[in-house]
Amino acid sequence: MNHALTRAELLRRAALGGVVISVPGLLAACGGDDDGGGGGAGTTTAELADTLRFSNWQLYIDRDPNDKTKSPSLEQFTAQTGVKVNYVEDVNDNATYFGKIQGPLSQGRGIDRDIIVMTDNSRFPALLISREWVEPLDKGRIPNIANLIEAQQSPPFDPDRTYSIPWVSGITGIATNLQASGGEVVTTMQQLLEDTKLKGKVTLLTEVADTMTPIMLENGDDPSKVTDDSWKRAYDRVKKAVDAGQIRRFTGNDYVADLERGNIAAAVSWSGDVATGLAANKDLRWNLPEKGSDIWTDNMFIPLEGSVPTASEYMNFVLDPKIAAMLAVGIGYISPVKGVKDEAVKLDPESANNPLIFPDDDILSNVHQFDSDALNNETYTQQWQTLLGA
Amino acid sequence: MTFIHRHRWLAPLLLLAPGLAWLAVFFVVPLGFLAYQSLQSGTFEQGYTFTWEFSNYRDAITGYDEQLVRSFLYAGIATVATLLISYPLVYWIAFHGGRWKNLLLLFIVAPFFVTYLIRTLAWQNILADQGPVVGFLRDIHVLSADGRLLATTVAVVSGITYNFLPFMALPLYVSLEQIDARLLEAAQDLYASKTKAFLRVTLPLSAPGIVAGTLLTFIPAAGDFINAQLLGTPNQYMIGNVIQSKFLELIDYPAAAALSFVLMGLIMISLLVYARAVGTEKLTG
Repeated sequence: MNHALTRAELLRRAALGGVVISVPGLLAACGGDDDGGGGGAGTTTAELADTLRFSNWQLYIDRDPNDKTKSPSLEQFTAQTGVKVNYVEDVNDNATYFGKIQGPLSQGRGIDRDIIVMTDNSRFPALLISREWVEPLDKGRIPNIANLIEAQQSPPFDPDRTYSIPWVSGITGIATNLQASGGEVVTTMQQLLEDTKLKGKVTLLTEVADTMTPIMLENGDDPSKVTDDSWKRAYDRVKKAVDAGQIRRFTGNDYVADLERGNIAAAVSWSGDVATGLAANKDLRWNLPEKGSDIWTDNMFIPLEGSVPTASEYMNFVLDPKIAAMLAVGIGYISPVKGVKDEAVKLDPESANNPLIFPDDDILSNVHQFDSDALNNETYTQQWQTLLGA
Repeated sequence: MTFIHRHRWLAPLLLLAPGLAWLAVFFVVPLGFLAYQSLQSGTFEQGYTFTWEFSNYRDAITGYDEQLVRSFLYAGIATVATLLISYPLVYWIAFHGGRWKNLLLLFIVAPFFVTYLIRTLAWQNILADQGPVVGFLRDIHVLSADGRLLATTVAVVSGITYNFLPFMALPLYVSLEQIDARLLEAAQDLYASKTKAFLRVTLPLSAPGIVAGTLLTFIPAAGDFINAQLLGTPNQYMIGNVIQSKFLELIDYPAAAALSFVLMGLIMISLLVYARAVGTEKLTG
């Protein structure tokens, strides 16, 4: 009996297996057709590609309030240049995105993108440049680079802005969903890490700088000069909270969905996300931690094989104060461009007074940059990753 | 006489050749490369060099024993759960499904037409803290007022069970469907009770299906990371999560490769133990 079973069973199982296996294959075959670069036919300038392929983070582009699928600034870019924009929100956190793209880049191949956006408080911008995985900008197409505010002209990872143009800057803080937190607004890392009422309803960011800076400040340590002792003090607090089940997850931008649904009561969160992207949800609050937090800048890069003219053209476009104001007001983050405030007043006076978009001295004195040496410290990186994965 | 007729001994080799070539190219060579990587040392920034770094294996086991144990525990519970759920289900389809058999089977496979990731993300909604399931369980006091399902062990194990159910159900169905109903009649003619006929006839005849289903479920479940990542917390992370973050985020290839081998070795050992326990003839059907 067993032998008779074997043959028939084998054949049938093979047939069933065939169905199961071929389904993802089909889906993959249908889904891979989103590249539109190459070729300049039909564009106003011969060198520009038909389509700008742009990878960015969630809640990071202005949206038409009446039609959330449209972005006024991107539409204006298309109207001015004839270049369509394939805007993809596929960056969730720096490490994961870098992991995704480093395979092809390390073999000298492109990633079907013309612009990608990565944060200066991670080790990846410096890595992209030192590995020569990004293309130099066509500065001839970026006269508006003169509009950069002084603080953004010469970042340590790219002193001459040869490879990068800042997108926006932001501040890390604590977002609370009042409904899930029982009405309590979370304003300190101590509440976040230790308040048992929040147990299992807290997320931290996978970005080491974003999570550790406010904790170090609360510990009375200087996050811009991390020592083994100050690292350990902060690390131990996070570890204790993880072991106690206080922390639900470490997230990238995906904290947004859980926060909105009320699955989490409080999250380490980026300033603009709650201020504008989630503004419709009346239960959400965003606060700078009482002892301060970190400030960071996201930067646009052109990965290998990206269209340099097209990407450079776009970078020049967003460095125009009018466009920069549309973005700053639309997404609630800090613009790197001079003269944006004047333009923002015309667009939306209320936003122009928002200290998170146009930070005042009170806020600026309370935010710090994380130690870039600590970002590249192998021991810290290992420990941090173990914490995220354990 | 043709070439093949003169060299009969070549025939089986020729028939095996495509399979062997496939195995060589897609299994043996990558495995060799992985083994090579697992013995390298260095960092992503400085590059990795081959140094017979056996300590990678020691570090893999001592550093991540918790996740290894958890992986086998969760995969084991999920495998038993899929067996308990799918056995009565496919039993009914095989013996009482009649002309609806194929349609009913399609219902089991249908969720697979949606990608794995989307299916698991759907569970995030179903189990959400403010969702209907949790609300109901709170109302009937199965969960406390601030109890939750999402981000718990229950959610992760349930997710694995759900996602791997067809791998158990389909082989089980095949072996149950093959059973000659006359054997059961004969058992009853010989005064076996229904229970006894099931235990002495149906269950042994379906054993190859159980074994095949168990393997098809347990092996991939032990290496799964999606369910733990989307439905769990760091306290539920399995070895698959560690491997994927080492490979893709930390870009620590040697550690990830060593961990992969440790996982593979442990699965092999548990297979051997299982084979010994149930008998090898059932493993091969």
